[in-house]
Formats: sequence, structure tokens, C-alpha cells
Amino acid sequence: MTISRRGLMAATAAAPVLMRVQDALAQGVTPRRGGTLATILTPEPPVLQIGVNNQGPTIVAATKMFQGLLTFTPKLEPIPLLAKSWTVSPDKREYTFRLQENVKFHDGRPMTADDVIFSIMRFHMDLAPRARAIFQMIETATAPDPHTVRLVLKQPFEPFLLMLDASASAIVPKHLFDGQDFRTAPAVQRPVGTGPFRFAEWQRGNFIRLERFDDYWKPGQPYLDAIIYRIIPDSQSRRLAIETGQAQLTQANDIEPFDVPQLRSRPNLEVQTTGWEYFAPLSWIELNHRVKPLDDMRVRQAMSMAIDRNFIAQRLWFGIGKPATNPIASTTRFHDATVKLAARDLRAAAALLDAAGLRPDAQGTRFTIKHLVLPYGEIWSRLGEYLRQSLRQIGIAVELESTDAGSWARRVANWEYETTLNFVYQYGDPTLGVERTYVSTNIQKVTFANTGGYSNPRVDELFARARTAVTPEDRQAAFSEVQKILVQEVPQIWLMEMTFPTIHDRRLRNVITTGLGVHSSFDDVFLAS
Amino acid sequence: MDLTKLPGFLLRRGLKALIVVLAIVICNFLLVHAAPGDPASVIAGQSGAADPVFLEQLRRQFGLDRPLYVQLWIYLKSVLTLDLGFSHRQQMSVASLILERLPATLLLTGVAFAFALAGGVTLGALAARRVGRWADSFITVLALTFYATPLFWVGLMLVLVFSVWLDWLPSFGMGSVGVDLQGVEVVLDVAKHLLLPALTLGLFYLAVYARLTRATMLEVADQDFVKTARAKGVPEGRILRAHVLRNALLPVITFAGIQAGQLLGGSILVETVFAWPGIGRLAFEALLARDYPVLLGVFFCTSVMVVLFNLLTDLLYVVVDPRVEAAG
Repeated sequence: MTISRRGLMAATAAAPVLMRVQDALAQGVTPRRGGTLATILTPEPPVLQIGVNNQGPTIVAATKMFQGLLTFTPKLEPIPLLAKSWTVSPDKREYTFRLQENVKFHDGRPMTADDVIFSIMRFHMDLAPRARAIFQMIETATAPDPHTVRLVLKQPFEPFLLMLDASASAIVPKHLFDGQDFRTAPAVQRPVGTGPFRFAEWQRGNFIRLERFDDYWKPGQPYLDAIIYRIIPDSQSRRLAIETGQAQLTQANDIEPFDVPQLRSRPNLEVQTTGWEYFAPLSWIELNHRVKPLDDMRVRQAMSMAIDRNFIAQRLWFGIGKPATNPIASTTRFHDATVKLAARDLRAAAALLDAAGLRPDAQGTRFTIKHLVLPYGEIWSRLGEYLRQSLRQIGIAVELESTDAGSWARRVANWEYETTLNFVYQYGDPTLGVERTYVSTNIQKVTFANTGGYSNPRVDELFARARTAVTPEDRQAAFSEVQKILVQEVPQIWLMEMTFPTIHDRRLRNVITTGLGVHSSFDDVFLAS
Repeated sequence: MDLTKLPGFLLRRGLKALIVVLAIVICNFLLVHAAPGDPASVIAGQSGAADPVFLEQLRRQFGLDRPLYVQLWIYLKSVLTLDLGFSHRQQMSVASLILERLPATLLLTGVAFAFALAGGVTLGALAARRVGRWADSFITVLALTFYATPLFWVGLMLVLVFSVWLDWLPSFGMGSVGVDLQGVEVVLDVAKHLLLPALTLGLFYLAVYARLTRATMLEVADQDFVKTARAKGVPEGRILRAHVLRNALLPVITFAGIQAGQLLGGSILVETVFAWPGIGRLAFEALLARDYPVLLGVFFCTSVMVVLFNLLTDLLYVVVDPRVEAAG
């Protein structure tokens, strides 16, 4: 089945809305209007204008105010949003979108094809690296009428629709940005979008308040009167906030995985780990191939074999996420379940190191390597300690180095590390989120490029083929082969398919209904009485 | 006190203060830029995607593409005109970012300071008066406990007792959000939120002042002029207040001066545990994000406050103890 056919089938905007209301009805609850949702945002975003800033917390809050043309199911099928229907040409070069007709921005001005073209071709193209890389492929963007947008690409690009979610290309008002510096325009301080909630107040360090937008284009929605994001910097205080009911929802990094089991046992709370299928972060030990002996494939294989991924998933993350089996997460398109990493085997690992000429010395140490601890919370320090223990078993001594976010980003970008941890979003398709880590054309001094320096001409060729192949079958063939090569050569040591706990009061309904989870517009979320 | 000397004293001290503050600004600037990483790389590291164009755009916008000495010169010039610069990361002027956080910090540190000073001196005086008896032992043990206990632990325990078990007080924030409150209700609401963080922050200093007051009072109580006063038949209460306490206050004032200088800096720890929207957190988060102008702005305000309070402390000495002369 192709995306375009799914798109045509889901041709009316009302269908998914009704579906979700029916879901609620199936639980015996009709959506209730009213109520304020108190939730948490960590860390505090610098600005709320999506595009100008695309950090995780920004996207969580901004997706309530901004929407994209589409959004996606947990299986990454497109759901109509600002585009009520669309067609894709068989050669995957022409994409035509029919827009919702009664959409207003929060300042009362109507949203038209002009805004869509401006957002894609100018706003995000200028500001966001992720959008720029893909939207550069657009040859022409035209508006045959005010509610139709036609994009023609220079080359076939099958995963194009995945770039049209709010997190990648939110539709912004042209009249508030055109002719100004996008980063410094006044609208950046008072965001104006088409979403169900509009910006009301932001007391820095304290809270962000979003109010119901009464002229929202879906009749009767949103159900909530307001959403309040409290800024709570301490993880134990956040846990307390959800435990005592001072907050009804936590997401992303709010709650440390080791606090989740206790919260699971509370009858008034529900813990969900779905809703990360679109981002699908995969974590790995990031190896710098310029550091000996990490350039030796046998050493990397041995290190990978020394790690108990089940232990990491169950004992460190308490079941939030699951062991990685290959470089493409199982929820990402074109994951090949038949391609699996070598299982844990200490003896084989030792043999590989012997073969690589790395004999243990009198203390049993074969070589010493530095590990830059990822400074994103205690859980990563614990993982660093676990890895030190595991690698010691095969005679590799690991020295842990502590750092902060600024130094980490700078050192990884400049290749000034030996090993570290990293997790990278896959954005639904290997071309969008996996390719960048392994192709030699992306060996750059920038975070989230191929900073490890792995290079294999065959891998380059296969990713290039998958990028322009028209049919999913052709793309699958290329990706399957790439997965086999990568699992054999272990350029990075994949650890976990990550997800994050979404913890909410049971009265809060419809929190996770798409593959974007808490990064959705929340127009159908309601507080049952 | 010889008032004719005062203008000259203030002038000399003011000049010195200006040089000190300038030196601090330059040191801070160099120190902050010595930390690895810059705001652009932090944003790139947390955005999930980056390319060289993105980094270059950010660095140009932040003014980081110019040589360091040029950046320092631009910064010095703007500070001398009392312009603290602009946070490109947050798209706001540093002055407004700081002013937005200042009331919260002053409220918290001010209340904690007043509570610590009043409570500490009272407890210390009480202990000194009843030295060797159970009240003294009780106060001394209490003070030692608060002195030795880490702040964050006190904070967590207070939250555990008063928020979780008793459910009397909120565990975070500076006020209820999304509730419509009027007049007195607002004051009560803020007071409820203020109680735990102010207590947490105040208890340590309370212990310090109590111990200091008790020790110096006992020292002064042995001196000849106290014996003389007692021999003259001055009532015991008056001896304590007018002779002992007044003379024992000098070290307390010194310490209070130091603490008052830090009022503006807030407390990163207490503000973090109680999600109090103050300056301490602003500075800490600016440090992590390498938001240089904000960090330097907070440093600048704090250093000016410390210098000012040192001056004020020196003047206060003269008032409390006429034997001390104001000298630059």
C-alpha cells in the first residue's frame, strides 16, 4: 500500500475526529467542555516560536498553538489536519494539498495557501536545518487557488509527507513575518498560529498559560479552557507535583525512569509509553572512529557483545523503551525485523579482541578508553557506570568524564571525544533520521551529523538509492541491505529504542491518539468529571 | 561621628568601588567565555538536527563571530552606559529578564534574611542569658543541627512533612496559577507558597546568627565595663540590651552585610527545589545554555550589590560603635 492511497482514503477531516470521540464513547465518557489542564515543561524553552527554536520542550508547548498540514498515526500513516485531502503523483514528485477553508489565525486573519507556501519555502527553509535539507528539493511551490497548494520536487521523494507535521513545518502567519528578520520579529514573543490554544501569558521561570481559541476551525473544540505549563526544574519536585495532583500530566523528560514504577502503582494515574513512534529516538554508544582501536570492526563488535541490553531496558529504564535490535527502530518505516545484532557473548567478545591483537596486561586490561557522560539527567550517568562495569568484563577500562550540556555539544561537534552516549530522532523514515549518522557525505563538525566518522561506500550508495527510489518496495530492499551491513560493522553501538513516559490523571482523556503523542494539538483532550 | 569627613569618604570608596566593579566585569567576561561551548552549539545540541548554516546564522546573530576583544569592548561600552545587553537566545533585553525575576528573589531572600536575623539574634541572646541551662543547650543543639544540615535536605524534608503528609502547603511555585484571586487572597496565596522556601533558606543563616550572637555576647559579658555596670546597679535586662548586645552586634553586622550582598543573587538550590522563579535559577540556566549576556548581567548586578552593602556595613559600624572611624 502506498502513502498516496492512504491519503485519498482519509480524505475527510472529520473522520479521525469522530473516531477519537468514539474512542472516548467506547470508554463510556462523552467529551466534557471546560477545565484547565495543569502540566509541566522541562527545561524551560527560550522562545515558543516553533522554527525559531525546535528544542523538545518548545515543540511540546508550541504544537498546541501551531499546526502542520498533516499529522501521523502510530503506524506513521498521514492524518489530515490543515490539509483536508491531498494527492501524490505516481512518480512521487508532485504533491497537491487541499486546505481546510475556515481556518483562522489567532489574530483573526484567515489562513490561506500563501501562508503555507511562505511557511515551507521561506520560514522553515531559512530557520530549521531539518526542514532546509528536505525543502531544498522543492522546485516549485504554487497556489492554483487560495485553498490549494501544489509542490513539485526536483526529484522523487517518497517520505516527503512525513515532513509536514507541525514539529517539522508548522504553518505560521505570513503577514506577521514577511519582510522581517524571522528570529527577531515581534511575533516570536507572542506566537500566533492556527492551533486550538493561543498564547496568553508567560512568566519566565514560573509558568506558561495557553487559552482556548474560540474561533478554532474544528467546531466545538477544543474541550479544555486552558493549559498551564509549570516550569519545575527539580525532578523530585516534578514527581511530587504529579503525585499530589498539582499537575495532571507529565511528559518527555519530566519524570526520571526510576521514579516511574512507584507512579505506576498509584490508582489515579495512568502511565503510557506510546506516542513516540514518529520521533523514535534510538540511543547508542557514540564511537569516534578516529580513536584507536575503535576503528577496528572487531573491537566494536566485541564491545557490542559485552552489553546486556535487556538489563539496560529493564533495570535502568524500568521497561520504558526496549532493547535495540538494529540501527532502525522497530516503529520507524523499513525496519527489518530479520536483521538482528549479535547476542551478548563475553567469550566471543574476548576472542574478537584477542584476534584484534589486544591482549590483556597483568591487570587484565586490554586498553583504556574515555567516556564522555551525556549530561541530560541522572539516568545517563547511571548508564555510563553500567557500561564501565560491562566493558571491564572483557578487559576494557572505561574512564568516565563529566561535563555539562554546552561542553558536551561542543566536544561532540568538534570530534573531541573518544566515546559518549547519544540519542537521535528518526523522524519516521530512515532517509530523514537514520542516514545522517552513517553516510560519509555527512561527516561534519556539527552535532547529529556523522560525527563518528564511519565511512563505507556501499552504505553511502544504498542510502542514496533509498532516498530517490520511488516505490516502498525498492526502498525496503536498499534499507534491508544497509541494515545487514551496519549490524555487521557496528559503526555505533545501539542500545535502546527509547520512549518517554507520559503520566496523567485518569480523568484526562485522549492524551495520546497519534504517533506524535504529547506533541499533538490537544484539541480533543478533555477532563472527565 | 564626624560628618564632615563623610563626603570625602564616600567619594574615595565610590571610586574604589567603580574600579573593583569594572575589574569584576572584565574577569567575568573572560571566565564565562573560557567555558567550552557557546550558545549556538547548545541550541544545536538540543534541537535534534543541525547544519553548518544554522550554527553560522546563530553565531552571527549572537555576535559571536567577532574576535573576543571586540566583544569585550562592545560589552564594556554598553555596561558603562548601564545597558546590560540583549539575550538573543530568549529574544529579550537582559535588564527586563532580570527585572522580571527580581521581585521573586527579593521577596524570598528578604523574608529569609529578616527571619534569620531577627530569629538568630533573639535565640542567640536568649541562649547567652541562660548560658549553661537547658534553654541554652536546646538552642545550641538546634542551631548546630541547622548549621550542619544541607539546605536541599531541609527543603525536601519540609516538603515531605508539610506538602505530602499534612497537605497544608504547596510544594512548588510562587502562587496558584489559573485561579482567580483578589486582593488579600493573592497575598495569602503567595505567603503560603513562600513559607517553605523562606524557612529552608532562612534556617541556615538563623543558626549562624544564633551561634555568632551567643558567642560574642558571652565574650563581651566578661569584660570590665559590664562588671562596672552591674556594680553600679544597672538592671540586668538593660545591661544585656545596652551594654552587652550592642557591643556584641559588630560581628553579626559584618556577617549580615555579607549575606545582604548575596540577596540579589538568590539561591540556586532553594529556587530549584521549590521552583521559585528567581534570579539564582536565571543565572544557573543561563550558565548551562551559555547565554552570556544574561549570566554577565546577573553577575554585574550581584557584584554592585556586594560592593554597595560593604559600604553600607562600614557606615553602620560607625553608627553602632562610635569608636570606629570612617576611613577610606
